[in-house]
Amino acid sequence: MNFITKCYYLFRRVWKSVSLYFMLAGPGLVVMIADNDAGGITTYAATGAKYGYHLIWFLLVLIPVAYYVQEMTVRLGAVTKRGHAEAIFDGFGSFWGWFSLLDLMLVDWLTLVTEFIGMTAAMRIFGVPEWLTVLAVCLLMGFMVLNGRYWTWEKIALGFCLLNLIYIPAAFLVHPPLGRILADGVLPNFPGGFNGEMFFFLMANIGTTIAPWMLFFQQSSVVDKGMREKDIPWGRFDTWTGAIITVVVAIFIVVLTGTILHGVDIDDAAQASVLVMQTNKYAGAMMAIGLFDAGLLGAICISLASSWAFGEIFGWAHSLNTKIKEAPWFYVSYFFTLVTAGLVVLIPGAPLVLITLFVQVVAVTLLPAALVFLILLLNDRETMGEYCNSRIQNVIGGVIIATIIVLSTCYGISALFPALFT
Amino acid sequence: MPIAHALRSLFAGNLEKIRDINRKYATPRITMSLPVRLALLALRVYLLVLVGLLAYKFIVTLSR
Repeated sequence: MNFITKCYYLFRRVWKSVSLYFMLAGPGLVVMIADNDAGGITTYAATGAKYGYHLIWFLLVLIPVAYYVQEMTVRLGAVTKRGHAEAIFDGFGSFWGWFSLLDLMLVDWLTLVTEFIGMTAAMRIFGVPEWLTVLAVCLLMGFMVLNGRYWTWEKIALGFCLLNLIYIPAAFLVHPPLGRILADGVLPNFPGGFNGEMFFFLMANIGTTIAPWMLFFQQSSVVDKGMREKDIPWGRFDTWTGAIITVVVAIFIVVLTGTILHGVDIDDAAQASVLVMQTNKYAGAMMAIGLFDAGLLGAICISLASSWAFGEIFGWAHSLNTKIKEAPWFYVSYFFTLVTAGLVVLIPGAPLVLITLFVQVVAVTLLPAALVFLILLLNDRETMGEYCNSRIQNVIGGVIIATIIVLSTCYGISALFPALFT
Repeated sequence: MPIAHALRSLFAGNLEKIRDINRKYATPRITMSLPVRLALLALRVYLLVLVGLLAYKFIVTLSR
């Protein structure tokens, strides 16, 4: 009897923890999984096609990298109750504030265009015209934000996060050789030596793992959700879970293209889906669905990151918990960003390749600044109190941030001068 | 005319708002210690170099 009672109370305690997690889960999971956006899927597909399973170890390294950076936004948001843009204005003055805000707006808008490029390319595979995809996405995203509750928005977003896992069954459909994956991918190695092209692929993988909008999005999301200091451990757990899931999905994409397309040069994920379809139509179709979902998740988060940031600075009501009448400017900026980015894709002959390259360059003007501000703000003992960065956190965070800055800068420069890394 | 008037007042209102924001955040709250000042200086240099590279690329592309 005593044993049954103990089991019952253990079950109650675990169930209570799980229920609490499901209430608090969200920002970390959504931002991390949305990190596998249309551009990210292309990078992972190209990595698998180029190097097979050999760079899986590098993706595993990116789990703590992504976690340590994003965890700082959880603490900063929960303690200051401010988004990243407002924290920069407050901490470093209006010059750096305006620089960050306007740069964020530009990067987000350009990235949003690339998400639409990915979504329309994916749906074109199924015969859906571009205009219909853009219209459907705008309507869906409008429905998501206009219901007037953060909770509903987040749960719908989590549903799309679940769809991102479609790459896992897709990879199993092509029967990847487990022994070869373990032999090639687990231990650090550089097939063909550490040359310029290899460096470019490593930079691209880092560049897609940490994007500027992620910092702004997660911190604003933590604030909008109303997380407090006591929720930080759950926020950390949420971010760890998200970091692991996002890298697992990335690994399955590499496994999928590494199994079917090894040795083929891939330009974009839609092309990879079509090529995979020639071998296994279901796996290829799932890859295309995943690409659409990735673009949609990216669009969902990116458009909100800008609107939140503008609302914080201009003092507009800027919560998903407000109705359109209560926060008109928040929703106007959201729809303006969304619709204009969607329309660009529909312009015949629009320089979409140039836009995709330009995103990489503009992103590296914002990312180092946002990361440096993040670590400086986390060292502000007056505001952060006991949640201030410890010495070890500063060393780990500092090394990660310095590495990201160097590699993402090289990635941005390689977009300007491709000959440097070939 | 009412549309022109509305637009004019909208822009005027927003300009005033931007001035308010600049006044509100005129002084950085973070203590400008040596490491902070060095980090901000490094950021300025980094951004100048990057913008310089962008301008160079733009000029080279145009001159072709």
